[in-house]
Amino acid sequence: MSEIAIAFNRFGLGARFDDSAPADPRAWLAGQLGRFEARPTAIAAAPGRAEVAGRLAAYLEEARGEARQGRRQQRQRRRRGAAQPAAPMENMQSGESGMRDDDLAGLPDSARRFIRQSSRQNYLAMVAARTAAALTTPAPFVERMVHFWANHFAVSADKLTVIGLAGLLEFEAVRPHVLGRFGDMLLAAERHPAMLLYLDQAQSVGPNSQAARIAARFARGRRPPPGLNENLAREILELHTLGVDGGYAQADVTELARAMTGWTVSGLSRGLAARFLGVAGNAGDFAFAERIHEPGARTIMGRAYRQEGEAQARAVLTDLAADPRTARHLATKLARHFAGDDPPPAMVARLTQAYLDSGGDLPTVYRAIFDSPEAWVAAPVKFRTPWDWSLAALRGVGARNLEGPAAGALMTQLGQPVWRPGSPAGYDDIAASWAGPDALVRRVEAAERIASRTGGQIDARRLGPRLLPAQLSPGTQAAIARAESPAQGLALLLVAPEFLRR
Amino acid sequence: MIDRRLFIGSAAAATALLAVPGIAVAQAPTDRRFVFIVQRGAADALGTLAPTGDPAFAGLRGAFAQDFAGGARVGDFFTLHPNLAEAGRLYAAREALFVHAIASPYRERSHFDGQNILETGGHAAYALRDGWMNRLLGLLAGAERRAIAVSATVPVVLRGDREVGSYAPSALPEASDDLLTRVGAMYERDPALHGAWEQAMQTREMAGDLAGGGRQNGGATGALAARLLGGTEGARIAVIETGGWDTHANQRGRLGFALRGLDAMIGALKGGLGAEWRRTLVLVATEFGRTAAPNGTGGTDHGTGAMAMLFGGAVDGGRVLADWPGLGASSLHDGRDLRPTMALDALIAGAAAEHFGLDPARAGRLLFPNAAALRPAAGLIRA
Repeated sequence: MSEIAIAFNRFGLGARFDDSAPADPRAWLAGQLGRFEARPTAIAAAPGRAEVAGRLAAYLEEARGEARQGRRQQRQRRRRGAAQPAAPMENMQSGESGMRDDDLAGLPDSARRFIRQSSRQNYLAMVAARTAAALTTPAPFVERMVHFWANHFAVSADKLTVIGLAGLLEFEAVRPHVLGRFGDMLLAAERHPAMLLYLDQAQSVGPNSQAARIAARFARGRRPPPGLNENLAREILELHTLGVDGGYAQADVTELARAMTGWTVSGLSRGLAARFLGVAGNAGDFAFAERIHEPGARTIMGRAYRQEGEAQARAVLTDLAADPRTARHLATKLARHFAGDDPPPAMVARLTQAYLDSGGDLPTVYRAIFDSPEAWVAAPVKFRTPWDWSLAALRGVGARNLEGPAAGALMTQLGQPVWRPGSPAGYDDIAASWAGPDALVRRVEAAERIASRTGGQIDARRLGPRLLPAQLSPGTQAAIARAESPAQGLALLLVAPEFLRR
Repeated sequence: MIDRRLFIGSAAAATALLAVPGIAVAQAPTDRRFVFIVQRGAADALGTLAPTGDPAFAGLRGAFAQDFAGGARVGDFFTLHPNLAEAGRLYAAREALFVHAIASPYRERSHFDGQNILETGGHAAYALRDGWMNRLLGLLAGAERRAIAVSATVPVVLRGDREVGSYAPSALPEASDDLLTRVGAMYERDPALHGAWEQAMQTREMAGDLAGGGRQNGGATGALAARLLGGTEGARIAVIETGGWDTHANQRGRLGFALRGLDAMIGALKGGLGAEWRRTLVLVATEFGRTAAPNGTGGTDHGTGAMAMLFGGAVDGGRVLADWPGLGASSLHDGRDLRPTMALDALIAGAAAEHFGLDPARAGRLLFPNAAALRPAAGLIRA
C-alpha cells in the first residue's frame, strides 16, 4: 500500500470517489484533528434523548400496569386453584431489536409495539445518522475513532431498554470527547443512561442504604431485599479501564459496585418510590440517588475512597483512567486496530507512554499512532470489519447517505449489526472473526447489490486506482477489466483482496 | 429461409413508409408493448443459433458443435440450441425472427464500452449521456410512454430526460453464479481468501443453492415483467437485464444455463402477456460477439459479430436475416471473430419505428444520432 492508500484506508474510512490524493498523508491525518464535527447535521437531526427516553418511560409505565394486572389475575386464579401462567414481563429482551416479527413472539403486545417503534423511529434513524456522518465527514480518521470508542464502551441494542438509547451513547458520550481526555469520555459513558440500563447499574442498591433498610422492613422476609448489582463495576474494570489482566480481584469489583450505587437514570418511573428516591426528573437524565447509595468509605485496588455520594465513584473512575494498566490496555487495542491483529510491543509501549505523559489526552495518543512506523507498513495489516467495509464501499461509490432500514439490513446481513454486538465486550477486532467463508459470500452479495444500485454508471477500471492508489495487483485489474458489465466490474473491485483489507 | 441483404435497397424503405399513418393516430394509444432484453457479457451467437450448414462450422467449433444435435432446425442452414425450445416454437409460429452476424458500430472488445454504445446508441463510448430507449419515449404519446426497468436501477439504455420507472423484488436474488465464479478466480492468488472461498462454495453446492437457477430466475423475471406490462395501467416499454453470457471457460454448461433462463423468460413473457402478446415486440441483443473458435479453457473470448432476436406476436417472424459472411479462415474478422455484415442500429431503429408506426428516418436520427448512413431495417413487424 502507498502512504496515500494507508492514510485513506487504514487510518480513514476509505477514499471517497471524489477525494483527491493528499500531498502529505500524515499532515492530512493530523489536520483532521482540527476538522472534526462532534455534532454534524445528520446527528443533530437524529432523535434526541428526551424523545427516546420519553418513549421508554411511557412503555415502562404501561408494562408495569400490565404486570400489576397480571399479578392480580394470578392471585384470583390461585384463589380459584388454577394453574399459574408464566410471569409476563420478566424477560423483556428481543434478539433482533424489533427488526423481525417472529423474534417477538411470546412478548406482550405493549412490548412488541415498543420494540417496533423504538427500532424504527429511534434505532434505525440513528444508524442512518451515524452512516451519513461517516460517509460525508471531513475527518474520516476521527470518525473511525468514534466507532472505535463506541465499540470500546459497547452497549447492545438486543436489550429492550437499550434499543433507542444505544446510539445516543455514541452521540452524547463518545463524540464530544473523542478529541478530549479519555477520563472524561469514561465518565460520560458510565453515566450515560444506555450504559446504566444495559449493565443493570440503574437498579443496583446498596445493601445498607436507606432505601434497602426501608424495603427490608416492609418486605418482612417475604421478598428478597433489593441489592447490589456488580455488572457495570466488573465491566468497567475488565473492559473499559484496566483490562482482564489488570490485577484487580473480586473484592475490588464488589467495592466498586458499592461505590457506584446511586448512579441511576431519572424519569423512567413517576411512582411514589421514584419521588422518594429523587429520580423523578427528566426522562433519561443521569441521577444520583443518595437513598440507594451504599454509605461508607471504599477500598479499591489498595486505595481508600472516603468521598461521600456521587463523588466517590467519580474519584475511582478518575484514578482508573490514570492507571498505567488502563493506558496499556487502551494502547494495545489501538495498536491492534492500526498495526495488526498481533499488536507490536514497541508500538504498544510508545502509545502507553504517550497516554501517561499527556494525562490520557487522546489527540496526543493519536499523534503517537501517526508517528508509529508499525502503522505505516506497506502490506495490509487488517481485514476490514463489515462496518469498515460497508463504509469504504459506500464512500467509494459516492454515496452520501443510506436509509436506516437499508443500513440496518446491510449490517445485519454482514454479521455486524450496528450497536448490537450482543456483549459488553463489543465486536472483535481481528480477521478471524470476520473473514469466514460465509461472511465472504455475504460480502459478495452485498457488493453486487451496491454495485447494481449504481446502475452501471461507474467504471471500476478508473475508480479502482483512485480508491486504492498504486495498490491493485495486475490480477485484480485484469479481473475487473474482464468483467461482463460495469456493475460486475464494480462488484469485483469491492470484494477484491486489496479492498477487503486495509 | 435466409433473406439476403434484406436491409439494402429502396424497396425496403418504401415498405417501412407504409407504417407511417400510425403517427396520425398517435393520440390513441395502440397498446403496443416493447421489451428489450439486454444480454450483458457478449452472448455467443454461434453457440445460440449455429450455422450448421456452413462447411467450416463443425471443424471450427469442435465439441461445441455436438450441442446442436438435438436442436430445432431453422431453415436449412441454422440450428437453434436445444435449450431454446420455446424460441423454436415461436419460430415455427412465425413469431420469432433471428438476425445473425450483426453488430453495433463498436469494434473493440471491452464490455464496458461495448455496452455503453449498445445502450446509448452512440458511435463512441460515453459520447451520449442518455439511452436510445429514453429518446424513443420522446416520439411516443400517452400511455406508450410508460416505461419501466425490471431491475433495482434504471440501466443506461432507458436513462435520460423522460421519466421512467424501475421495479425489482425487494429481496434481490443472491449473488449471481457468474460473479461467484469470477470472485473465486480473483482469490486464487490469495491463500487466505482462496481457502475460505473454496469452503464457502462447497457448502453452497451442498446446500443446493445452485440447483435449477437459470430457468427459475429467467421465468420469474419474465413473469414479473409481464405483470408490469399488463392491463390498461401497466407499462408499455420495459428493459430486462440478463447476465452470465461472458463464457470464457466451460462454455457448454454455462451458455446452456443462460440460454435456458432466456428461453424461460421469453416463455413467461408470452404466457403472462396473454392477448397482449399479439401486439408485443421483444428485442434480445448483446454488446458484441465472441471468438469463432473455442479457446484453451473450453470457452470463447471477446469477439465482434453477434446475433439479435425479435420475438412477439407483432413480429413478422419465421425467418433468419443474415448476410452470411462464412466461417472460413479468410472470412473471419481479424482472423478470429464472426464478421458482422449487418448493423444492429439499423435493426433497432427499423423495428422500433415499424412497431410504433413512426417515420423510420426520423426515429433513426433520434435513436442513433451519430450513425451517418443509417438505413433502418424494414419489413420486420406485421402491419
